[in-house]
Amino acid sequence: MLKKPNLIVVILVALVVVVLFHLPGQTVGRFKLAISGLFLPLFGLAGSSHEATAQVRGALVSRRQLVEEAEELKRQNDQLQIRLQQEQATERENARLRAAFAWAHSTRWQLKLSRVIARDPSNWWRAIQIDLGRRDGMRPNLPVLTSAGLVGKISGVGETRSQVVLLGDPSLRVAAKIPASGETGVILSSSSAPQENNMVDLGYLTGNSGVTPGQKVQTWGGGGVFPEGIPIGQIVDVRTTEYGLSKEARVQLSANLNSLDEVWVMMP
Amino acid sequence: MNWLHTTFILAAAYLAVFVEASWNLPRAILGAQIDVLPALMVYTALTNDIWVIAALAIGGGLCFDAVSANPLGISILPLFAIGFVIDGARELLLRESRHAQFMLGAAACALQPLATLFLMLNLGSAPLLNWHTLWQWLVMIVGGALATPLLFAMFDKLHQSFDYQPATQSSFRPDREIKRGRL
Repeated sequence: MLKKPNLIVVILVALVVVVLFHLPGQTVGRFKLAISGLFLPLFGLAGSSHEATAQVRGALVSRRQLVEEAEELKRQNDQLQIRLQQEQATERENARLRAAFAWAHSTRWQLKLSRVIARDPSNWWRAIQIDLGRRDGMRPNLPVLTSAGLVGKISGVGETRSQVVLLGDPSLRVAAKIPASGETGVILSSSSAPQENNMVDLGYLTGNSGVTPGQKVQTWGGGGVFPEGIPIGQIVDVRTTEYGLSKEARVQLSANLNSLDEVWVMMP
Repeated sequence: MNWLHTTFILAAAYLAVFVEASWNLPRAILGAQIDVLPALMVYTALTNDIWVIAALAIGGGLCFDAVSANPLGISILPLFAIGFVIDGARELLLRESRHAQFMLGAAACALQPLATLFLMLNLGSAPLLNWHTLWQWLVMIVGGALATPLLFAMFDKLHQSFDYQPATQSSFRPDREIKRGRL
């Protein structure tokens, strides 16, 4: 038989849990953001110490190394300028042809830089938190990427921070295309070992698909969340599923999900 | 000391959740993040009353779920159940033994994710589960088991620093003093 104080505590804890489970979704979201707000000072402190370390490291770099890096960047900048001029000429031509055929204009991606402040501590979700929120124009389903490729999409938005669900999470499925063969599939959660955090599966490929390792994978554009052409990764291997009726490929992601410090959010 | 001790435990839970959310090294190397809350619950259940156990389960569980994609409150029941069971068997457990601490930490860290996943699946969530989850579970068990004796050692040090130390009694008794004369 339970002692009286124990009984009271058990009832109290059970009551708290039952109430939390029955709260409406919006209230739970607000409650979560309020509680995770308690960690903001620590996240801020961690960010400041990270910057301070970077500054100290910067102060210790030799002048010669800096001059060499500056010259290399200048060379790269010159090359990029030339490529930009080429791209602009192609863009003008593209716009002219689109106008001639009365096609809709494709819009440029508007990107906003944000810092990753936390990762999901549990092992059964793949999610991060970033330091942009509703006041910065964030809203659910905005694509998140790095310069290397797609990372995920925004799943929850608070006033000053947002939650991003990463590729490989069971709740995120992305329509993908292999430009080399024109085939389409869906990016699913990973069946690879957890150490291979940068692997996802590309499912729903047809059984006679000619997908081969090394081919690039990018977003397809169907579904309305992710625009077409964002790089996702590269096919590593292909296996047959459903008794040969379909194929599944493992994809090595272009973006390194293990070392995400800063990400870009694609604004509408 | 009681309120101070409770504050230390809740602060440790808060810091543990922060470290788990911001320190990615275990995940990058081992493929799994180690959860210290069950280990902290073992310490709390062996040294504190049921109210502190409930405070840690609710406070720690809410903090963990708030920075995670978990449904809010899902971690509370498993944490509390671990604390409650250990609290009930406290008289039978060798709290001072490092081996007992290790084994209790391993058991708690094994049961907590299982119970959380069981609840989550029953609530309709679909977490990332495959055969590799077993490896993550193993890492969590070993990591949590190793953390438990460390937590005991750390809190014992805190005890020594902040608690009143027992007064040492001298073996000198005036009534047993041998009175010596001049010769």
